[in-house]
Amino acid sequence: MIRLEPRRSHSQAMVYLSPVLAIVMTLIVGGIIFAFMGKNPLEALYTFFILPISDSYGVSELFVKATPLVIIAVGLAMGFRANVWNIGAEGQLTMGAIFGGGLALYFYDSQSVFLLPAMLVFGAIGGALWGAIPALLRTRFNANEILTSLMLTYVATLFLSYLVHGPWRNPEGFNFPESRPFPDAGLLPIIYDGTRVHLGTAIAVFVVIAGWLLLSKSLIGFQLRVVGKAPQAARHVGFRQKRMVWFTLLLSGGLSGLAGLFEVAGPIGQLQPSISPGYGFTAIIVAFLGRLHPVGVLFAGLIMALTYLGGELAQISLGLPSAVTGLFQGILLFFLLACDVLTKYRIRVGSVATKGGAV
Amino acid sequence: MDWIVPLILTVITASTPLLLAATGELITEKSGVLNLGVEGMMLVGAISGFAVTVSSGSAILGILAAIVAGMLMSLIFAFLTLTLMANQVATGLALTIFGVGFSALVGSGFVGFPLDPLPSLSIPVISTIPVIGPILFSQDFLVYASIAIVIATGWFLTRTRAGLILKAVGDSHDSAHAIGYRVIRIRYMATLFGGAMSGLGGAYLSLSYTPMWAENMTAGRGWIALALVVFATWRPGRLLAGAYMFGCISVLQLHAQSAGVNVPSQFMSMLPYLATVIVLVIISSDYTKIRLNAPACIGKAFRPAQ
Amino acid sequence: MKSRIFKRTAAALATVGAMALGMGAAQADDPLKVGFVYVGPVGDFGYSYQHDQGRKAVDEKFGNKVKTTYVENVAEGADAERVIRQLAQTGNDLIFTTSFGFMNPTIKVAKQFPDVKFEHATGFKRAENSATYAARFYEGRYVAGVIAGKMTKSNTIGYVGSFPIPEVVRGINSFMLGAWSVNPDVKVKIVWVNSWYDPGKEGDAAKALIDQGADIMVQHTDSPAPLQVAENRGVLGFGQASDMIKFAPKAQLSAIVDRWDDYYIERVQAVMDGTWKADDTWGGIKADMVHMAPFTNMPDDVKALAEETEAKIASGEIHPFAGPIYDQAGELRVKDGENADDGMLLGMDWYIKGIDAELPK
Repeated sequence: MIRLEPRRSHSQAMVYLSPVLAIVMTLIVGGIIFAFMGKNPLEALYTFFILPISDSYGVSELFVKATPLVIIAVGLAMGFRANVWNIGAEGQLTMGAIFGGGLALYFYDSQSVFLLPAMLVFGAIGGALWGAIPALLRTRFNANEILTSLMLTYVATLFLSYLVHGPWRNPEGFNFPESRPFPDAGLLPIIYDGTRVHLGTAIAVFVVIAGWLLLSKSLIGFQLRVVGKAPQAARHVGFRQKRMVWFTLLLSGGLSGLAGLFEVAGPIGQLQPSISPGYGFTAIIVAFLGRLHPVGVLFAGLIMALTYLGGELAQISLGLPSAVTGLFQGILLFFLLACDVLTKYRIRVGSVATKGGAV
Repeated sequence: MDWIVPLILTVITASTPLLLAATGELITEKSGVLNLGVEGMMLVGAISGFAVTVSSGSAILGILAAIVAGMLMSLIFAFLTLTLMANQVATGLALTIFGVGFSALVGSGFVGFPLDPLPSLSIPVISTIPVIGPILFSQDFLVYASIAIVIATGWFLTRTRAGLILKAVGDSHDSAHAIGYRVIRIRYMATLFGGAMSGLGGAYLSLSYTPMWAENMTAGRGWIALALVVFATWRPGRLLAGAYMFGCISVLQLHAQSAGVNVPSQFMSMLPYLATVIVLVIISSDYTKIRLNAPACIGKAFRPAQ
Repeated sequence: MKSRIFKRTAAALATVGAMALGMGAAQADDPLKVGFVYVGPVGDFGYSYQHDQGRKAVDEKFGNKVKTTYVENVAEGADAERVIRQLAQTGNDLIFTTSFGFMNPTIKVAKQFPDVKFEHATGFKRAENSATYAARFYEGRYVAGVIAGKMTKSNTIGYVGSFPIPEVVRGINSFMLGAWSVNPDVKVKIVWVNSWYDPGKEGDAAKALIDQGADIMVQHTDSPAPLQVAENRGVLGFGQASDMIKFAPKAQLSAIVDRWDDYYIERVQAVMDGTWKADDTWGGIKADMVHMAPFTNMPDDVKALAEETEAKIASGEIHPFAGPIYDQAGELRVKDGENADDGMLLGMDWYIKGIDAELPK
């Protein structure tokens, strides 16, 4: 029987070693799978982990892909610490894109320098409003936010579909389901020429730092840390749960909305029926993989993005179907999550020697 | 009124996969475990059931295979979260990613294979009674099984000692442990049951509802099943009502479109989701009732104190 | 042993490294590299599946002279541009992007890779090195309409739609024009499922339509589910994208099959011969891009009529959108003696007169 024995304090070494261990184990198991599929395991692993970032363009794409994941996950992590289960970030992302993108479409011939900042604000407001609904329903009517936030995601996606198939369709686009292209004044500036790295990537870094400061220096950050560790104690000292629900849902909703706006005002450049391949859901994994800490989220977002890029290249270079990349991604996540336990516990294999061995 | 009976029949088939998967998840969650991998487990159940049925010619073997496959998937989850204490939310999502990929890989050889749907078990004589005959007495056996399992689940949770223990484990694992219950073992079993039912729900899709295999054929039903457990406030009776309500509105909006109701179809498609939220708000307003049902330890890792 | 592994590793790394640097510059005896980008999984048994059949046909035809690559499940968002670019970067000489949502990324990447040739399906933007192609599926739908008009007893057609885009609207119009050409009493009921692919929902939509009196099922979604429902309910229907006769041996009248094989082979050949041009191809029954599956489950006279209609469309004797055509508001859209031009067909967002449904605006 496998048994876990708590460490007296978190192992600092393991904080850094456990991801390494997870990756080593993934390499071994992944290598076996690839060999089984008739591919050279080393070549396959190289394709997954190194090839995507072997040139500067690849690195830039890694940032582009990780940007929405990191921004959303920082917000979600705050909520998860307070036991607020917002799993509707995808819907909040969509609403942010609709609000901010709608502004760009309304002023489609604008050249104003204020357009983009206004879009950022609108995007964040759109997402926050969509996050406010579960907050209101939770605090006022006691409705569980897991359900409400998830259901509102479907509503948001259908609403976007309605807009781009109907009223917001590009009048010069042969009635195809896409909006007008945003005006140049409504597009995010590229911060590194020749790539798609846009202003949103820089803001993502800022979000990480701000999140870190919020968590470590502010009163609400202190409350979030306490609530996460000892909800009973938090209630005793009078932290108001309702305020926490509002704060985290507005924050995570606003950040998700911002991430959605960055997608449409960045790489996509218009509204269309499909704007996110599930960033709002993937970000949930990123938040936990990053141990609900903004800096951890940054690394987790990069790792997650890398596996997507690697998955694409594995299809291109090795002819592996996308099913294999999903399988591989799942295994990597399993190992990362499992190895995380080593920071808090030692693993003991063998019979139970101590008391209380009810496993 | 002759459209009522076929309408109800459609609702039953649309609701059954949701009901099966959600019942399993309800038991899992009652033990204090939150497994968000339902979609992935359903897909693996769907392809396992389909592949084995096509290869062996026996739907019974296919259904058993789907159950076993769902259990194996949930075993991965249980090992990671219960033994290794990995985070449940993230592990569940990872399980879905894994399941989508795994089912697509296994299923690549089964795309475009036809299969006869499960036979309906028409009970002689009474199945010919107008209206209630076709609705109540001529379904395939998975439909009967889904109803029976929900009822059994309700009975189990309220009337049996094992059910009470399960709830105790979900509400306070420390106290349950102190009394001497084997928290982890009980959670393993509840999680495996959840996997089995998700697998069965998947098999219902690929063997009865739309007898075929195609990648991602669950199309998000695993997520709806998860939401329904919350909707039901962890009560089997409400789960039954919730699954049928969701199925009913999904089907009704299609009927309304067909009848020529002139509302953009996107708004019609929103109805089941909006209705679920509204009804949840109404039934949740009574704060005390909900708290009695939500498992207090949901999603929290347990390690016996030394 | 160790050194052998090392050598193999080094070799692998070198190969991959070379690919990463985009050293696929074609030498005389190198195979022509052809890339495909799919929006769905190849296992959808629908739209992406049929494109992949076309890719396989290219492989079969040219053997070692080509090397094909595909990327499936590519989301129509920020990812598309990266995938297309990676295909160009890794030395593909010809790249097919097979979904409307890939249009802008294709044009963008085409500008960055002037030596690579691009082909975008179902869009309307071209560049010097980027062509467009699509199939006149509406021709097949006209033939299906003729069959349905003859075969329906309830005079009610059930139509499962995905999204109200011109492609689908055009199909509904064409189908009804075909049906009315033989039976003016036919009516159509339309249900939009807001998905290209959700077998359960598509099947439920079909059930709803049949419950409301439809005895012919037509679909513009990808899965065989509506046709399966038709089979179980004892009504008739048409397959979509691929021949679905296996799913409905008693119900399928025919299927409007996407057939990209010849087009892909032709375009690959053109690149090999140096005759490739960035033009627009919109082929129909004549080019066999739209292929009618065998006419089954119908009497001989209907079959003969269907074959005749198909032949006449191929020869140009019948144009599905021959005037006069009025829209629902009664406005004359196509004059008597004229045919709808391609521009009108491409952007069609109105129903013809007689369709008792309103199009979402």
